[in-house]
Amino acid sequence: METEFETAEEKTLRSPGELVAVVEALIFVSDEPIPVKLLSEVLDEDRESIAAALETLRDEYENRESGLQIREIAGGFQIATRTELHEDVRKFLKTRPSAKLSLASLETLAVIAYKQPVTVPEILEIRGVQSASAIKTLLEKRLIVTKGHKETVGRPMQYGTSKDFLIQFGLNDLSELPSIEDFEDLVA
Amino acid sequence: MEDNLEQYSFDFHGQDPTIVAESRDELKITLGEFAGPLDLLLYLIKKEQANIFDIPVAKITNQYVLYIKLMKKLDIAVAADFLVMAATLIEIKSKMLLPREPSEELGEDIEDPRQELVDRLLEYERYKSAAQMLYERTTVEQAIFQRGKIDTDENNAEINASVFDLLNVFQKIVARHKDEVQMEIHREEISLADMLKNLKRRLLEFKELSVLAFFEEMHTKRELVTAFVAVLEIARTEGIRLTQSSTFGDIILRAS
Repeated sequence: METEFETAEEKTLRSPGELVAVVEALIFVSDEPIPVKLLSEVLDEDRESIAAALETLRDEYENRESGLQIREIAGGFQIATRTELHEDVRKFLKTRPSAKLSLASLETLAVIAYKQPVTVPEILEIRGVQSASAIKTLLEKRLIVTKGHKETVGRPMQYGTSKDFLIQFGLNDLSELPSIEDFEDLVA
Repeated sequence: MEDNLEQYSFDFHGQDPTIVAESRDELKITLGEFAGPLDLLLYLIKKEQANIFDIPVAKITNQYVLYIKLMKKLDIAVAADFLVMAATLIEIKSKMLLPREPSEELGEDIEDPRQELVDRLLEYERYKSAAQMLYERTTVEQAIFQRGKIDTDENNAEINASVFDLLNVFQKIVARHKDEVQMEIHREEISLADMLKNLKRRLLEFKELSVLAFFEEMHTKRELVTAFVAVLEIARTEGIRLTQSSTFGDIILRAS
């Protein structure tokens, strides 16, 4: 049965203002940081327009001294509360800061983050201790993941950091980690 | 003969010894918080205000060994890694005591027995500082919050199909085929393991699978039952989602 309308899908033409608004709405509902690529696909807009909309959005939030901020984290965009407001927010949510990682876990995580992919013997060489329980903890918290086997004798398992690592440490990608050379010898 | 432990005062990073539950079946007593033998060594070097590039090995080794002895005295299990380091230190110490033999070729640098240890300490220290940096980042991150969870299909319990819905679909098919003439052809009955493999493969390839369509493919009642069990099993072990968009409608399997 024929209809009066075109069978081809009509593309919605959005004004820049409308695009900013819908991008904001999507970032708001997304559980995870949302990458430009995904926004571009879902909204059927080119990446330049999306990038421009995001720029505008970030400026708007900053200019009106919003209680919220738009962050680029783990390769995507996210809406979150401003750091300065944490006390009131925490009081409202009635939460306490979550349990921090132990020294051993943090060290192991640091080695994995900088040297990935890395095997347990390689971690042992640097830390001087077996890191089995630290690795278990980090796997449970999904901060690290296995990254295949190293093609040497014994085919040991290799580890690397996960997307959750980026999110929990506020990083957009691994290059945002300060260079390991920066951690100069402090003893001498 | 008792060691005169009263003479030795250790400043344990300003912390009192505490009992720590390291893992579910281990309780460890920690004396100060040392993440390993390298950490302890660095601490001792700093305490002695020694130059890391010219470590007074004899002195440091003695201090280190005393610490280990103290732990043993207090009945604390000393991790093997600490003992390995003690042995390493003692080896270096003895090498330092031996007169250095002149090398065969003039002007060749004789390797300092401490060199490897120093390199290890320096590298370790970098990662220790990096760990500190990560710790500080967490503190910043914990001051930032996102909105609470939104009700979506993913966590909407009503849309998730239950076992009873599954059973319903199954019964429908059994009833449908009840009246068909079943020809007794001897074929290899497919095993549960093979059925599972088949199911997993298809889900991997097509991401979704209609339960109705899957059951329809079965030729015998036994296969149908195996298929049903396979669907239950895969839902249980692989965390596959079952959703049903309308009451008594088809159930879709989705890899989550």
